[in-house]
Amino acid sequence: MSLSIIQVILIVFILFAISRVILRFKEKKIGWRVFLFWSTIWILGIITIYLPSSAEYFAQLLGIGRAVDLILYVSVALLFYLIFRIYVKINQIDEAITKIVRDIAIEKTKNKHESKPTPEDR
Amino acid sequence: MEPVIIIPAYNEEKVIANVLKELQKQNYHNLIVVDDGSKDNTAKIAESLKVKVIRHPINRGQGAALKTGIDYALEQGNDILVTFDADGQFKVEEIKAMIEPIQKKEVDVTLGSRFLGKTVNMPFLKKVTLKGGVAFTYLFSRIKLSDTHNGFKAFSKEAAAKLELRQDRMAHASEMIDEINKKKIKYKEVPVTVIYTDYTKEKGQSITNSARIVFHLLMKKVAK
Repeated sequence: MSLSIIQVILIVFILFAISRVILRFKEKKIGWRVFLFWSTIWILGIITIYLPSSAEYFAQLLGIGRAVDLILYVSVALLFYLIFRIYVKINQIDEAITKIVRDIAIEKTKNKHESKPTPEDR
Repeated sequence: MEPVIIIPAYNEEKVIANVLKELQKQNYHNLIVVDDGSKDNTAKIAESLKVKVIRHPINRGQGAALKTGIDYALEQGNDILVTFDADGQFKVEEIKAMIEPIQKKEVDVTLGSRFLGKTVNMPFLKKVTLKGGVAFTYLFSRIKLSDTHNGFKAFSKEAAAKLELRQDRMAHASEMIDEINKKKIKYKEVPVTVIYTDYTKEKGQSITNSARIVFHLLMKKVAK
């Protein structure tokens, strides 16, 4: 079986992506759960690209006409879920930043008004 | 019991001096300006009038500034907290009416309402937006108020300590009402005057912003 150009490009890209995942895992920047999640996704990607008939099989099993549709449905659902996760994370970071800003602001005001003036203030 | 007046301010150098001088003239000296990372001279002007200034190093939004002011005021042991806008749209004389029900222990929170008071020059579109806010608050929090997005409020220290405020940006007004409702804090609306000038109109909230507020509130509910 010969591969089309698009298949080669996608597989090379995915191999690159997998290498990044492994690298981050080795550097301990991501935990094993995240590592497993992304590895699974990328490996599934390689399988569907290398053997499109496998996706065809699952599509028919689920009652979806074309394999491409199955891939699109799954990808869109996954993307939305990831966006939601990122939104939640950004919200948490936002709250943390506000808390730090607030603590710094209050601390500075307290120092200014409650301690005797230091030579710097004069 | 002298109330502490908390004034969140962001780039208000043109108007803040007038507001602070008016407050001082009417014998309110316990003032806290929370400068929310202004790029102009807001903080300097306030300090030159001997007003205590808490300065956010970066801009975090009006809700965040209010909470900073409230936290600090509570830490300093104040009994009654009033929130007041820096742009001169509220009347200093009306602070008395706002804090009276709290001093008499009738309620723990008073909420200013421009729809009960003698509001000057309210643009029609503003009225529509605000009434939309009222309707949304009723759906969202099940509280029926005549004015939900009014920065003129007063709190007993017990009530202020109970409020959990997490909305940094403009959605804080709805969140506050939600919290008052959830914590079963006794409140009352008090008529206040809101004066619309060209300056306050320009600084006010637009309709597109209201859509953003609704989005933030809903997302925070799901993302908790």
